[in-house]
Amino acid sequence: MNDFPVLSVLVALPLVGALVVPFLKGAVAKQAGIGFSVATLVLAVVVAAQYELDGGMQLTETYNWIPAFGVHFALGVDGLGLLMVLLTALLVPVVLLASWRETETAVDGNEQGSPTAFVAWTLALESLSLAVFLATDVFLFYLVFEATLIPAYFLIGGFGRAGRSAAAIKFLMFQLAGGLILLIGVIGLYVVSAQAGTPSYLLSDLMALDIDTEAGRWLFATFFIAFAIKAPLFPVHTWLADTTGKATPGTSVLLVCVLDKIGTFGMLRFCLGIFPEASQWATPLVIVLALVSIVYGAFVAIGQDDVMRLIGLTSLSHFGFIVLGIFVFSTQGGTGSILYMVNHGLGTAALFLVAGYLVSRRGTASIRELGGQEKVTPVLAGLLLVAGLATLGLPGLSPFISEFLVIIAAFQYAWYVGAVAVTGIVLAAIYVLWMYQRTMTGPTADVVTRDQDLGVREIAAVAPLVAALVFFGFYPIPLMDAANPYVGDLLSHVGVTDDPPEVTAPAAAETAEEGEY
Amino acid sequence: MEFTEPALEYAEIWPLIVVFGVACLGILAEAFLPRGRRHVVQVALAAVGLLVALVGTVLVGTNLDTVADGEARGLIGGAGSVVVDGPTVFIWALVLVASLMGVALFAERRLEAGVSAFSGQAAALPGSDAERKAQGLDHTEVYPLLMFAVGGMLLFPASGDLLTMFVALEVLSLPLYLLSGLARRRRLLSQEAALKYFLLGAFSSGFFLYGMALVYGYAGSMDLGAIDAAVRNDSANSVMLRIGLGLLLVGLLFKVGAVPFQAWTPDVYQGAPTAVTAFMSAGTKIAAFGALLRLLYVGFGADRWSWQPVMWVIAILTMLIGAVLAVVQTDVKRMLAYSAVAHTGFLLTGVLGVQASGELAEGQVTSLQAVMFYLATYSFATIGAFAIVSLVRDSSGEATAFDRWAGLGKRSPLVAGAFAFFLLSMAGIPLTAGFVGKWAVFTVAMSAGAWPVVVVAIASSIFAVYFYVRHIRLMFFDVPEADAEVASVTAPSLLTSGTIAVGVLGTLVLGLVPGPLLQLAADAGQFIR
Repeated sequence: MNDFPVLSVLVALPLVGALVVPFLKGAVAKQAGIGFSVATLVLAVVVAAQYELDGGMQLTETYNWIPAFGVHFALGVDGLGLLMVLLTALLVPVVLLASWRETETAVDGNEQGSPTAFVAWTLALESLSLAVFLATDVFLFYLVFEATLIPAYFLIGGFGRAGRSAAAIKFLMFQLAGGLILLIGVIGLYVVSAQAGTPSYLLSDLMALDIDTEAGRWLFATFFIAFAIKAPLFPVHTWLADTTGKATPGTSVLLVCVLDKIGTFGMLRFCLGIFPEASQWATPLVIVLALVSIVYGAFVAIGQDDVMRLIGLTSLSHFGFIVLGIFVFSTQGGTGSILYMVNHGLGTAALFLVAGYLVSRRGTASIRELGGQEKVTPVLAGLLLVAGLATLGLPGLSPFISEFLVIIAAFQYAWYVGAVAVTGIVLAAIYVLWMYQRTMTGPTADVVTRDQDLGVREIAAVAPLVAALVFFGFYPIPLMDAANPYVGDLLSHVGVTDDPPEVTAPAAAETAEEGEY
Repeated sequence: MEFTEPALEYAEIWPLIVVFGVACLGILAEAFLPRGRRHVVQVALAAVGLLVALVGTVLVGTNLDTVADGEARGLIGGAGSVVVDGPTVFIWALVLVASLMGVALFAERRLEAGVSAFSGQAAALPGSDAERKAQGLDHTEVYPLLMFAVGGMLLFPASGDLLTMFVALEVLSLPLYLLSGLARRRRLLSQEAALKYFLLGAFSSGFFLYGMALVYGYAGSMDLGAIDAAVRNDSANSVMLRIGLGLLLVGLLFKVGAVPFQAWTPDVYQGAPTAVTAFMSAGTKIAAFGALLRLLYVGFGADRWSWQPVMWVIAILTMLIGAVLAVVQTDVKRMLAYSAVAHTGFLLTGVLGVQASGELAEGQVTSLQAVMFYLATYSFATIGAFAIVSLVRDSSGEATAFDRWAGLGKRSPLVAGAFAFFLLSMAGIPLTAGFVGKWAVFTVAMSAGAWPVVVVAIASSIFAVYFYVRHIRLMFFDVPEADAEVASVTAPSLLTSGTIAVGVLGTLVLGLVPGPLLQLAADAGQFIR
């Protein structure tokens, strides 16, 4: 295509920002942080403009890095990667803007870390996350996958409510345990690849590899466990609510809307890409886990009193949907999942940030103590309602489309799977609307005053998210254009065809059965 | 019988001779120079000697002849007792770099207000008048002692026969026993450490000696090459061979601090002056692993199936026990000591991953390469970490108790940040050298089919991560108790800060671009038999 290493620059730009910002002070640091993240967003849009919709890895760059290990510094972007890159690049400036005053006031009597550190770690996290989504070398992916934990750890441990350092440790231990399990798989891939000739970690080489069935299944297990912890999926989700309950809303957005996407991203890119046979072998178990996550996550969310924990747990349910869509192996499911990843990022980010505004005004996250906001702070209430409705999948807002696609795919896979998944929608309505009712409606509390409504900065931070939710709710074609070719390629690699549409498949099966009689 | 003068290959072994020669010069300087000038002269002698030896090592390394169809380079010299081959040269370079960093730490005098960290007069009873009189004095004998230890460390992995190996073992150990007992502060603890180290070390040497005798009985020779030939022919009583090998291993595993011979590690690491701990933890480990590799790969390579299972068990125990016991420590030096035990286990994972060269793919990582690379990554991190421990002080000297470290990240972000970086490297977090090292040793073990060991290694890594991260949390996020005394960082001279900088740089560079060093380790080739 062209020789300019645009993807490397995309990764490097926020990293440069992370290195520059610590030398600045106060407001200048924050402005510089927003400057760097907006520049990154612009560059990401440039990448999107250069991307051609016919699928495949594009804008690839490959350099030898550690020849002894067969490791390359290899970047490339496909439909899935592009959407994730754009989501990340959009969310970081939003988070920085929304967290402008986050580090200034002590919460629960806990001093906050310096604003400079918050900006620097956020930019470092952005750079590493972009590298995760762009890496086309498994070793490089693993490196940055693990390295994202360091900025995340310092973001959780340094900022937020009391008990955050314990939450940070819990987060890190879960993630590192997953990462180390993944390390077994990464090492195993090297051994398999070396036995087949020359060791190489390039994704394209590994996808072409003929892996022994049993070895493939073991390696798949290590990858899947790591990504299940990341995503998170039942039963390895317990770090999620503890973390979002203690971290700042901005950090929670980065964790749940960007970092957690790596889990489902990894399932698509690596589990299905490298181990197609094992992925199909594991499907029944994965689908059960996904369904349990959907229902269990929703029930636990309903029972929460802490609004930030509640939002964290809704994500458990949503990630259940995403994983379900991935593992039913159909175009609708795959496309639905990828769209879901984007829409969940937008919707949940808005919900976290608006709820964060509320919590910082009232000084408590306990739903029981909140209430009576609606009449005096209509903008805050309105935004919370929009974000909430997006989360529960209201038609007209973009999450509806993705949820719909996944549920169709689930019904095509088996009616009972679809039936269980549908309950997730009903439960979502309960946890969102009940939360809204208890926090916003009711008699106006004495502590609430009219000047507590949202300021321009706060609205401006959430506005792009709401705009995107509405726009893609009515016009999801751009997202689908990016996702569809990728899903098509992936499914043909896995060896599943539903082209012409899935409906013919059962018919064909029936004819075959009839033929036997 | 006619006596023939052995022909020494001076062109290849001269770095070794330089180190021993400088050690002897150091003794002369100690005897003849006035007290006031000794420190400068001794430091200069040691540093220059090590630098010259390092340059010599590089020169020797570039000029080694290729032998055995290009699989190895070098020659067997000193009438069969000193083998200068690729791995020897690589390990020499590592030992010398670690020793240079050690000398810099030894020479630091700003932390103790103008005197070194070594006792003024080691023979004076703690708390006596004699001790108070010696308060302003310096023990400059430490430099010749260090040089002798370095000489032993160089000879140890280069030994071509068991006798030389034993001599080298003693030459490297005896000065270390002494050095451990020379701390200026907390002298009883230091003397206890020295005594424990000496008694247990002497005991393990005895095992080694007995093992030598039995192996000689089996093979009829001390020569590793001859032992290899005897093992291949499988001529005599193999029970004697197995017992002999077991006893030899006891001696070597004691030196590297593997379970169940690890008990000395925490006490000695804690009691010894921190500069000595830094030097010893890196240097001894490098040298002893070099010797262990040579003994197992060269002497007993053909008998791999009988020692690999033993190594499996020992590696598993070492990793698990090291990591689990580190979790319950409350003292930084002891924590690092147990972490050193765990790292020994990881290194052993690499050692047991040996495969015949025919079983490996073109360009695949060999176990020798992996272990040597791991040693490099570990040395930088461990020396740097102990150097930082020597900076963190309160009114009574070094503050090694955990509660003194609380909130250090707020008071001295740079030092705490560097320490956190070393801990992350030891924990094997990507983008640090430790991760690449871990990857390498795990890979060779996995490739040799030792997946149970790798699984245990991963499990112990999770334990290990916990205590490393907990310490980072302590430094950055914990607030010290209101009335508790906390440690602060004493500004060091360029010697210590330079050492720390080298450690950080080494850990960072080997984490980001490990390719060149890995290639160097691959080019070193195999051991010469």
